[in-house]
Amino acid sequence: MSILFSGRASSGASAHKISLGRRFVMFWVNHVRQALFSLGELWRTPSASILTIGVLGVSLTLPATLHLLVKNVQQVSDSFTQAAEISLFIKDGTDDRQINSLLKILQADNDIARVTHISKQQALDEFADVSGFGSALTYLTDNPLPDVLLVLPKNTSAGSARQLLERLSKERIVEFGKLDIDWLTRLDAIVSLLRQAVLVIAVLLLGAVLLIIGNTIRLSIMSKKDEIEVMKLVGATDAFIQRPFLYSGVWFGVFGGLLAFLIVEAMLWWLQGAIGSVTSLYDSEFRLMAFSVTEFFSLMLLAVLLGLTGSYLSVRRHISAIEPTGP
Amino acid sequence: MLEFDQVSKSYPGGFVALDRVSFKLEKGEMAFLTGHSGAGKSTLLKLISLIERPSVGRVLINEVDLSRIRRPHIPYVRRDIGIIFQNHRLLMNHTVFDNVALPLVIEGFSGKDMVKRVHAALDKVGLLDKVRCLPQTLSGGEQQRVGIARAVVNKPPLLLADEPTGNLDPDLSKDIMRVFEAFNQVGVSVLVATHDLGLVARMKYRTLTLKQGKMINDGLLQYQEDPL
Ligand SMILES: Nc1ncnc2c1ncn2[C@@H]1O[C@H](COP(=O)(O)OP(=O)(O)OP(=O)(O)O)[C@@H](O)[C@H]1O
Ligand SMILES: [Mg+2]
Repeated sequence: MSILFSGRASSGASAHKISLGRRFVMFWVNHVRQALFSLGELWRTPSASILTIGVLGVSLTLPATLHLLVKNVQQVSDSFTQAAEISLFIKDGTDDRQINSLLKILQADNDIARVTHISKQQALDEFADVSGFGSALTYLTDNPLPDVLLVLPKNTSAGSARQLLERLSKERIVEFGKLDIDWLTRLDAIVSLLRQAVLVIAVLLLGAVLLIIGNTIRLSIMSKKDEIEVMKLVGATDAFIQRPFLYSGVWFGVFGGLLAFLIVEAMLWWLQGAIGSVTSLYDSEFRLMAFSVTEFFSLMLLAVLLGLTGSYLSVRRHISAIEPTGP
Repeated sequence: MLEFDQVSKSYPGGFVALDRVSFKLEKGEMAFLTGHSGAGKSTLLKLISLIERPSVGRVLINEVDLSRIRRPHIPYVRRDIGIIFQNHRLLMNHTVFDNVALPLVIEGFSGKDMVKRVHAALDKVGLLDKVRCLPQTLSGGEQQRVGIARAVVNKPPLLLADEPTGNLDPDLSKDIMRVFEAFNQVGVSVLVATHDLGLVARMKYRTLTLKQGKMINDGLLQYQEDPL
């Protein structure tokens, strides 16, 4: 495109008869070449690059960890819906006939999926087995444990389980009923509070990351001020001059994202050991869930977008501000 | 093709570097621009290459008033003007090849076509054997010639040179002037700012003389009767 010399034939590659396909290939070849060139540039200022990548990586670790935490808590809550089991403790001195009739009524109840009767004796045997107090228990003259009916509601949501509990607690022979779900609702509340708090912190941190990336790019622009002036003098557009800096931002994102991923993976690996020894005590199958492939790519995408945005904001302001001061 | 119409330029602080300068340079014409140091030669060239804007008056190229060129279009205007800078302005940590290729890369050239053009330009200034050198390893005159190769590599229709022979010995100066002449002969308009009055007088081209921002002579310069 020549503004002043309308007849000027050879203005750039577009004027040459290059096929569309070849130009398409050249477009990508050029981009790859420039991307690799920017990578080399990062290598030339290792301390600044490493610092920026480090900040980006560590800052991304927080939201990534939060996400995994929420995901794992969700898994815990799901596996504990079975805990919406109601234990009905039967009054002392109730005879078996009464218990059996209640059992029949409950089995016919539409809201109840399953009822199990654990008699005083079963409970004591089990306790002796598990606690290791076996021989000591033989000294008891009387069995102190009550009869228990375990009721599994059809609808295991916390709310309806609690309604059922209230209804069943009114039965004449029931001393009191207990629903082991309260701690779960509390956990949910705490997690959602935590989630919001960390979300706010994460947003602030990522804002800081944008500034830091912007500043690194700014310094890199300043150190190339002369070069940029010369490029402008021989007719380079701002877009052309910007490109390598934008690639630097992308590389910051790629490496920062990988760093965050590695930190989180290391953390998981370390926690898995600790959690394993706890859960084995409880006979639980619980395993920490790591990143899925989609989550990994989302993390990388977020990191790259941050890097690109940070450098774009910086590049837009600082490159147009550089004006060559002539021959 | 190039026209100055009552152009004045005052720098911030009120210093008047150019004072109502008018002249025309035709297509395919070659002219010298002389004057003492501080006379405003570089300022005049900066107005053409849109590094500075005139305070008063109009600069026109092919009837287009340069004040109408908006900022985003400046790069495209500069691609049509080959500029040789007083202080070379090379990329010091890039090879001679990269320096000369820069205007081509900016315009989207690549591959064999680009290499061919770069070599041709370097051949004209006699530096083909220094293609792979860094500018630091070259003499001042060689750096100057790299700057010239860069200015002509994309065959611009207008060539501006600011002291292109400042660092060169008389023989080399003459060679460089021959290079400009050769460009001029294929239709390129050339405007050369220089102190070297002896060379100017010998070359017998139109000469514009500036004195404290005013155009005091336009025509052939007689070396014997120094107008300055
Ligand atoms: N950016 C600027 N700000 C203020 N004054 C300037 C600026 N550039 C040039 N000048 C002044 O304008 C006058 C003309 O400068 P110019 O560079 O055009 O001179 P010149 O003829 O090219 O001199 P030389 O032969 O030494 O290169 C000088 O007195 C200089 O001090
Ligand atoms: Mg000058």
